[in-house]
Amino acid sequence: MLRSRIIPCLLVHNKGLVKTVNFKDPKYVGDPINAVKIFNEKEVDELIVLDIDATVEKREPNFQMIKNLATECRMPLCYGGGVTSPEQAKKIIKLGAEKVALSSAAIENPELIKSIGEEVGVQSVVIIIDVKKKGLFGKYEVFTHNGKKSTGLNPIEFAEEMEAIGVGEIVINSIDQEGTMKGYDLKLFESIRKKISVPLTIMGGAGSADHIKEALNKFGIIGAAAGSLFVFKGKYRAVLIQYLNKAQLFTQK
Amino acid sequence: MITIVDYGSGNIEAFINIYKRLNIPCEVASSPEQILTAKKLVLPGVGAFDETMRILKNSGMVEALNKQVLENKVPVIGICVGMQILSKKSDEGELEGLGWIDAQVKKFEVSKLTQKPHLPHMGWNTFKQEKENSILNELEPNKGFYFLHTYYFSCNNSADILTSTVYGDRYTSAVNHENIYGVQFHPEKSHSNGVQLLKNFANL
Repeated sequence: MLRSRIIPCLLVHNKGLVKTVNFKDPKYVGDPINAVKIFNEKEVDELIVLDIDATVEKREPNFQMIKNLATECRMPLCYGGGVTSPEQAKKIIKLGAEKVALSSAAIENPELIKSIGEEVGVQSVVIIIDVKKKGLFGKYEVFTHNGKKSTGLNPIEFAEEMEAIGVGEIVINSIDQEGTMKGYDLKLFESIRKKISVPLTIMGGAGSADHIKEALNKFGIIGAAAGSLFVFKGKYRAVLIQYLNKAQLFTQK
Repeated sequence: MITIVDYGSGNIEAFINIYKRLNIPCEVASSPEQILTAKKLVLPGVGAFDETMRILKNSGMVEALNKQVLENKVPVIGICVGMQILSKKSDEGELEGLGWIDAQVKKFEVSKLTQKPHLPHMGWNTFKQEKENSILNELEPNKGFYFLHTYYFSCNNSADILTSTVYGDRYTSAVNHENIYGVQFHPEKSHSNGVQLLKNFANL
């Protein structure tokens, strides 16, 4: 039986790992390679590593860092940040990542997704959609550039468009919940799950095993990603790289 | 000595890293001469069928691989698309596979899947052992392996099926014919089960 994936998501900023709240106030939580080593020991299902500087600084991915991470990872790795061409995507897969994630570059030019899929295989192409509520009525909208740039796009329609072009996975990240540890925005994810059939990974707000369980019970097979949950312990947010007990998570349904 | 075939597809570094940690000597081969002296071959693969076959052919190593695997009976293991190209052909492309195993590669039928997500088959799935082989020693079927694929390997000869996995229907997740092995999952990214399988391959 296929089961859900529980995925730590690590953010890279100034070459270190950070954790943000609502995409702001990055707090240093450690060294990326060290974190990967701990996650290897914990046998995590998969890792997402996002370089949150690359797009904003308009630079290409740090290939040396990706190589170091992918070599160390004994679990599948999804890399995102600053990818703007099929050549870069191909290089990242060759360096040992299983998947390449795109966000702003795909939003500006959806055809890029197609050309990357042709290069590395559709199954390895991931689109990350950062969503924030906007305006008086809290309408969901797609944002880029670490939540600073509004796109005017509706996340459901955009997810459908991406699926039609061809992606292997869609990651929906709720900016309003991100880093708060108050729980996932299940309503947002449900509206998208209904419309698409590719693997879906939800992100933003998970703060406890119960939040993850709630999502698994609701969606069946899903990717449940979290940042803070896997790098902080206790209410004072002491840095501690940790993971959930999978056996417990999957039997206590 | 394990020889990892570097023809430009797949993450050879992850294999090197695992064999290093296991203290099992391994080397990377990118020329026919190196293939012809190999004792055990790992054939990685990531991406589409045709693209993988194209770069393998362009690498000039196919003839040496055929000789080493089919005549000298050197053990070989194909990983992911590296398994799929052991077949004769694939629905995914136009090119012929290596044809070392009597099989073809087909696309999963979405109608057989009862819930979302559909394709690709992505994530950790379990397997069932279909025949005895020491490459499966000490594996934990319930821990499973990591899968990432849209097409599956369909054997014409059921005696070649090594393990099966359910995704919609039950399909062949690992194959073995004489000295030829293939796994649809990624042992290099499957924690302890993956390391154990690569170790077992080295001990064949």
